[in-house]
Amino acid sequence: MLYRAHVLVEMTSNSIHLGASQVKERLEREIAQAGLSSEIKVLETGPLGGGVPSPFLMVYPDNVMYAPVHVSDIEEIVTEHLLKGRPVERLIAAGARPERKEGYFQPSPLAKEKRVVLRNSGLIDPGSIEDYIARDGYLALGKALSMTRQQVVDMIKDSGLLGRGGAGFPTGLKLEFTMKAAGDEKYVVCNADEGEPGTFKDRLILEGDPHSILEAMAICAYAVGADEGYIYIRAEYPESIRAVEKAIESATESGLLGDGILGSDFSFRAKIRQGAGAYICGEETSLLESIEGKRGEPRVKPPYPPQAGLWGKPTAINNVETLASIPPIILHGADWFKNIGTPTCPGTKVFTLTGNVNMLGLIEVPMGITLRELLYDVGGGIRGGREMKVVQTGGPSGGTMTPDMLDVPMAFDTLTQFNSALGSGALIVIDDSHCIVDVVKNFCEFFLHESCGKCTPCRIGNKRIVEILDRIQRGKGQENDLELLRILGENMKETSFCGLGQAAPNPLMKCLDYFREEFEKHVTEHLCDCQVCEMKPKRKKLSV
Amino acid sequence: MAKVAGDIKSEQEQENMVNLLLDEKEIQVPASATVLEACKLAGINIPTLCHMDGLTPYGGCRICLVEIEGQPTLTASCVTPVREGMKIQTSSKKVREARKANLELLLSNHPLDCQLCDRNQSCELQDLAYEFGVRKIRFQGEQQHHEVDLSSPSVKRDLDRCILCGRCIRTCAEIQSVFAIDFANRGFESYISPSLGLPLGESVCINCGQCIHACPTGALSEVEHVEQVWDAINDPEKTVILQTAPAIRVSIGEPFGMPQGTISTGKMVASFRRLGFDYVFDTNFSADLTIIEEGTEFITRLTQGGKLPLITSCSPGWIKFMEHFYPELMENVSTCKSPQQMMGALVKTYFAQKIGVEAKDIVMASIMPCTAKKYECQRDEMKASGYQDVDYTLTTREAARMLREKGINLAEMPEEEFDDPLGISTGAAAVFGATGGVMEAALRTVYEKVTGETLPKLDFMDVRGIDGVKEAIVDVKGTPVRVAVSHGLGNARTLLDKVRAGDVAYHFIEIMACPGGCIGGGGQPIPTNLDVRMKRIEAIYNLDRSLPVRKSHDNPAIQKLYEDFLGEPNGEKAHHLLHTHYSCRDKM
Ligand SMILES: Cc1cc2nc3c(=O)[nH]c(=O)nc-3n(C[C@H](O)[C@H](O)[C@H](O)COP(=O)(O)O)c2cc1C
Ligand code: SF4
Ligand code: SF4
Ligand code: SF4
Repeated sequence: MLYRAHVLVEMTSNSIHLGASQVKERLEREIAQAGLSSEIKVLETGPLGGGVPSPFLMVYPDNVMYAPVHVSDIEEIVTEHLLKGRPVERLIAAGARPERKEGYFQPSPLAKEKRVVLRNSGLIDPGSIEDYIARDGYLALGKALSMTRQQVVDMIKDSGLLGRGGAGFPTGLKLEFTMKAAGDEKYVVCNADEGEPGTFKDRLILEGDPHSILEAMAICAYAVGADEGYIYIRAEYPESIRAVEKAIESATESGLLGDGILGSDFSFRAKIRQGAGAYICGEETSLLESIEGKRGEPRVKPPYPPQAGLWGKPTAINNVETLASIPPIILHGADWFKNIGTPTCPGTKVFTLTGNVNMLGLIEVPMGITLRELLYDVGGGIRGGREMKVVQTGGPSGGTMTPDMLDVPMAFDTLTQFNSALGSGALIVIDDSHCIVDVVKNFCEFFLHESCGKCTPCRIGNKRIVEILDRIQRGKGQENDLELLRILGENMKETSFCGLGQAAPNPLMKCLDYFREEFEKHVTEHLCDCQVCEMKPKRKKLSV
Repeated sequence: MAKVAGDIKSEQEQENMVNLLLDEKEIQVPASATVLEACKLAGINIPTLCHMDGLTPYGGCRICLVEIEGQPTLTASCVTPVREGMKIQTSSKKVREARKANLELLLSNHPLDCQLCDRNQSCELQDLAYEFGVRKIRFQGEQQHHEVDLSSPSVKRDLDRCILCGRCIRTCAEIQSVFAIDFANRGFESYISPSLGLPLGESVCINCGQCIHACPTGALSEVEHVEQVWDAINDPEKTVILQTAPAIRVSIGEPFGMPQGTISTGKMVASFRRLGFDYVFDTNFSADLTIIEEGTEFITRLTQGGKLPLITSCSPGWIKFMEHFYPELMENVSTCKSPQQMMGALVKTYFAQKIGVEAKDIVMASIMPCTAKKYECQRDEMKASGYQDVDYTLTTREAARMLREKGINLAEMPEEEFDDPLGISTGAAAVFGATGGVMEAALRTVYEKVTGETLPKLDFMDVRGIDGVKEAIVDVKGTPVRVAVSHGLGNARTLLDKVRAGDVAYHFIEIMACPGGCIGGGGQPIPTNLDVRMKRIEAIYNLDRSLPVRKSHDNPAIQKLYEDFLGEPNGEKAHHLLHTHYSCRDKM
């Protein structure tokens, strides 16, 4: 089933408290009554972070956000916007005014936009393989099959493509390692676990252009010498699962998957595996464990997946967005790709703007764009004319960007230099009305919740960090608490088993450094200038 | 399968060496070593918690950290292979601080009441806190709390003391292939749980207690019966009788500072007599009896076409394993009770008659190397006299604790003899304590009974030693008798799957649940590791060699028992008292 639009309802403990369940129920009822059930799908989504009032509704692909919404608003939204295509201006979240273009609402201005991985999303019927083929779909696969495996690998290597799943590892090298690893049985895996809060770019690709992923996987499989692939999709994305299932079906029917593809002797089958619902399952080795039916816990590395991955066989595992870049590279060549983005980090990146920014939404732009451009040109500035406090990139485990980094080009290498990270490309914008202790605690709570529990520093360290931040917020901070936080954070970063624990203290460490005074004020003076933390009243000194 | 650290590497690998710079010193180590192994070869024992030789490396505790030049973070040495030219620092400031921080984190979620813990003074966490000089725990906060799980007859689980090292899980899975326990929940809320969240007593756990040896802390220990035994000793109405298993005499000295592998039979008897037992009997006596009964059963099956292979039945952990996972082999398993139960049955019938005491007034206690024996003695089938054959089973550790409570230093005791008549035994019974021992003892008797000739050589070397599965073909007057021996249930599973698939055919199989046999049982002193097991095994064979009688059927007390009381081996009375039956159990 193909839907014309998706409406995302925020479902968090907070928003449910504020009536989100009733909003969703009403929405579904109204949509059914308007006869739109077959065209519009209601989905649940997580928090956007920042100061978006709860509960919010997000309409895709229009990129219109209503916040906060009440049950009484729903009828109007359905009849006006969903039925007649006229967004209800009155209810749109402050500043998030869209502009109509090519029949869709898009964030504006679009000058910076460059669509590579989203080349088809919203333009084709994702359920139709003919649509995909009409836009040069599967042409790259045909071309790849006429090349040698080494040539395919070399082309991707030359393109300079870096993995978009967060780590930024050169994709071509990964494919080469897998190709060269000993063994007849090899696998390709697509990481579509997309667990970072505030991120849904992979979902957009899976649901908007599922064939591009299948084609890319087939190309990678050919390059490394695999004939089987797994797409690991989080179970919370049933639409994505359905879209990919359908795509597999039609590609198999058309002979683009299966035995002897396009008359060659190359065969490839793709299977879907549903995610176990834990954030850690997005980590590549946990993901492999999960596919094998085990508890989602990271494996010891080395060996890395290209040496020993799924069932111990050489495996190339790539993120959805990474894969979506591959067919255009094969088709247009490495040089074409290198012309986009920065010399050390070519290509585009899909960013998701969320939080306290005027224009919320998703945009694909060349690597190297600055945060200032993203926030002010694309995002229309911080909401309510406030100042940016921090921008969290790539969700909680990505990097934390402070105002001094507004002009740093957004690319893997440049952000790493600033002790930050690009991550998956979600940008959670947090304005200066927020208390830094509160912001940091929120991120730390995420990790406390998502830690798999395997290793000591992450399992217990996260707990202790949240406890300390909590007491600081309650005005019970102790003299050496900031030092303890630093030690715990440093220890987690240095000694955790996997990337989750190693990245978990990033926001804490960065903010402890940059917002030292604000932290100190909380601890020593029991003062929260943003008046977010409920400090106990300061005890008056008795003058004797 | 588990990768055994320090495995004997193939010759090619051995030649394949790499150069490392370890703490500024150049060393050469095999290319296949981990950094942890490399350091050990160079004389530096990196502290560890989740690591255990013989189990798959885990890398979870983050104690064995080292600094490797060029690595962005500290490295867990247990899971990191060496590389040519690696530069390793094992005690830099960064390393020391990080190790200590992680130790403090573990301690911050641990009850700091070592005095109340079963593992006080034999705890790896406690040792590390001492070695690292932890004087205060900087990180304080909420601690996880779980009710103590006392559902199992054998293993007590006090998860408040658990540090989630996973050694028990890996032992249960990799060594025992039982898979009774695993991690449950996630993050700070993680804990160890039997599958389906059942209490351990309702799970497939076979009570072997190997997880207790794996546990670095006091989270796992035996279910204690010390108080009940004291109460019995202090009850003037009761005749309190003790039996000590073959494997105790080579391990009970350890808690008293005697070297591992010391034989201390006489001191042991003297000590427990002082503790207040009215009679101290020897399970070795009933081990000899087991050989007569089981040997007869085997000869009958062999010569009259009964079900083969016959499989031994003296290891109660193995019995429960069979009932869960190999019920189709039930008829292959000998119907003989284990020596512990045979002794109990005899004491409450034969001996009770002899001394004119009613069975109800006898308390039969045992000291066993085994936690599964606690469960075995509670099985419903084990009531030959109408009363439980054996009332209380103590582990070697519990027994040593009782002696110390009373103030008896076993090491300084004189040597005394077991009581008559259930205290006389042979070398054949002595070797019961080691893997292959039951087989060897049985072969000594079976050979002579079948052939009517004297065995030219008593030592069956093929069934000795620490290999997981051992095989031998014994020529019994022209008939090749094929036997196999395995210890550790993972090895047993390998062997039995081959038997089941028809890949191999044997006449007689010995299976012991614990690695090394009973000397490596779950109730033995801590530490029990490969090295200690080897020393105890050596002592067992020395004991055998030193004894004047080394064949069960030559035991005069056994001969007299049949004459006076039992009648024929496998006869009606023997069957009633000394044999048992089994039942099917769920696989999950
Ligand atoms: C805790 C954690 C969570 C992760 N989650 C995801 C995820 O949801 N999706 C993803 O593509 N990569 C995720 N990764 C990164 C993967 O481990 C891996 O690097 C990636 O799949 C490689 O693909 P790429 O080279 O195409 O980026 C995660 C890593 C960590 C440490
Ligand atoms: S850092 Fe450790 S506890 Fe945290 S998710 Fe990774 S392995 Fe699990
Ligand atoms: S006693 Fe044995 S079977 Fe039971 S959990 Fe421990 S190791 Fe596993
Ligand atoms: S019970 Fe013991 S062995 Fe098992 S995980 Fe806990 S501390 Fe480790």
